[in-house]
Amino acid sequence: MNSGAKRYLLLALLAALIVSGFSAYFNRYYLGVAIDVGINIMLAVSLNLINGHTGQFSLGHAGFMAVGGYIAAKFSLLLQPALPPWMQPLIFCAGLLLGGAIAALTGLAVGVPTLRLYGDYLAIVTLGFGEIIRVIFQTSETFGAATGLTGIPNWTHFGWAWSGAAICVFVVTCLVNSTYGRGFIAVKDDEIAASASGINPVRYKVTAFVVGAFFAGVAGGLYAHHKSFLSPTGFDFMKSIDIVVMVILGGMGRTVGVIIAAILLTLLPEYLREFSDYRMILYALLIILIMIARPQGLFTFARRRPDSK
Amino acid sequence: MTEFLQQLINGLALGAIYALIALGYTMVYGILRFINFAHGDVFMLGAFAGLFFTPVVERVFPPQSYSGGLVVLLLAMAVCAGLGILIEMLAYRPLRNRPKLTVLITAIGVSLFIEYTCQHRLVFGAAPRKFPDLIPVKTWNVDLLVISSTQVIVFVTTLLLLVILRFIVQKTRMGTAMRAVSFNEQAAALMGVNINSIISFTFGLGSALAAAGGILFAMSYASIDPLMGVQTGLKAFVAAVVGGIGNLPGAALGGLLIGVIETFAGGIPGLSNYRDGIAFTILIAVLIFRPTGLLSKPQVEKV
Repeated sequence: MNSGAKRYLLLALLAALIVSGFSAYFNRYYLGVAIDVGINIMLAVSLNLINGHTGQFSLGHAGFMAVGGYIAAKFSLLLQPALPPWMQPLIFCAGLLLGGAIAALTGLAVGVPTLRLYGDYLAIVTLGFGEIIRVIFQTSETFGAATGLTGIPNWTHFGWAWSGAAICVFVVTCLVNSTYGRGFIAVKDDEIAASASGINPVRYKVTAFVVGAFFAGVAGGLYAHHKSFLSPTGFDFMKSIDIVVMVILGGMGRTVGVIIAAILLTLLPEYLREFSDYRMILYALLIILIMIARPQGLFTFARRRPDSK
Repeated sequence: MTEFLQQLINGLALGAIYALIALGYTMVYGILRFINFAHGDVFMLGAFAGLFFTPVVERVFPPQSYSGGLVVLLLAMAVCAGLGILIEMLAYRPLRNRPKLTVLITAIGVSLFIEYTCQHRLVFGAAPRKFPDLIPVKTWNVDLLVISSTQVIVFVTTLLLLVILRFIVQKTRMGTAMRAVSFNEQAAALMGVNINSIISFTFGLGSALAAAGGILFAMSYASIDPLMGVQTGLKAFVAAVVGGIGNLPGAALGGLLIGVIETFAGGIPGLSNYRDGIAFTILIAVLIFRPTGLLSKPQVEKV
């Protein structure tokens, strides 16, 4: 499995770089949408580690994305004028990693006290943390307060977004399929039984949170350098819900399904632009209908599937 | 001191509204064990129902009269009770025995559906609307304190509704059945309690309280919009959890507490910008130190 996964990773990275090399020949609009797709795949797959594989319901993913986005953007804005242009990719890369690292630290800070809670309580606390993070950015003058940050250099191109997505998918897949990763699934299936078998559920939950938050942070950095504009309202509760819907639609814990869902849900609103008035109403109806008709997700087919709790 | 008392009055007026909404969350949670995310939107619909009933009621009753205001309040409560029952029947009942997460996500879906439908230009539109004055607006000055007639109405209405709710839950057959279902659904069913009708009744009761909260909120702040239920609903839910979810006096206490603390924080210059984050900070603190809330007993999970 692992060598296969590595081959996929190399292929994906190669494809991303080749397409990126020819990006001048593509329509800018389509390229922009493709970058959105890459970023959303990262967000959905990283949330899937927390919500799907580990079975913890987090509603605060946009908060981690905001942390990464703001940190990376501020980093570029501070360093760009000071350093020569050839260092751009280095600054960008360092900024993304820094944003991811700080998001991961936030994930740790959120995870340690709250992961003793479960189910609804966890959902509402993560939602609360997401809101607190947003309020902090909305108030902080350093990060542009309510107006947000503008003039962020437009550095995210296709190669960055899709390499990020490929690495994220690779890391999450390898992590879950490793011996260590069985713990995530054990925690999801039955926390009490898992801890009776010597698995420390809190440790696994925190690990899932930290890794998930890291990739959400990196995705936030990519997003910031794609839109070249960040505003705190872009990271509200709704954004978290968007990511959650991708995970649910794809099927919790089904990486391939989640990737397909992330692609579909990014493209769908673009195609529905003419019906923009009804777009969100349809979206909400879709969530309700899927939950009633296919709660296991659209892309989960009968494999040996134990009843979910 | 005067400023302290003034803030306390303002805070209690806000807290009373949170308390009314929190009761609905806590009742539904007590029975079905899930967060009804759409409850905040029922609160919003209550305010809009008030907006549309006011001109109708004013044809019969004198405008800005207490009797007219009462009729508007009762009509909005009735409409929202119906809507609450409808939401439960259409969206939640088909999922009755499904995993809790499924129901939670459906609730989020229902909430989004109501919000976006109401924001559509053919429904309410996204722009804020001015809410009419339902009752004569007066202010009284006691020493240096200012108390408005709206605040008095908020206190009186909330208190009355709480007393009525307490009576329904503790003294009537319906209330006894509600408590039985929340204690043990299966055993209650075996004793001949009709679970479906109890759940419908609970949704109706909670939604009516939310509608009352919506009208009182609209009277206090004079401006309503289709997204007003999002933040207020979340804070009311926080209030329910802080008080101990499933516990009615706890929800009322939590609501008052959140309202008062938020108002005081809003009065402190450095903190006022963080106002929206305060409720969540309290929530996290309470959940860390007393995970079952202020007023409930710790529960032991059976394996």
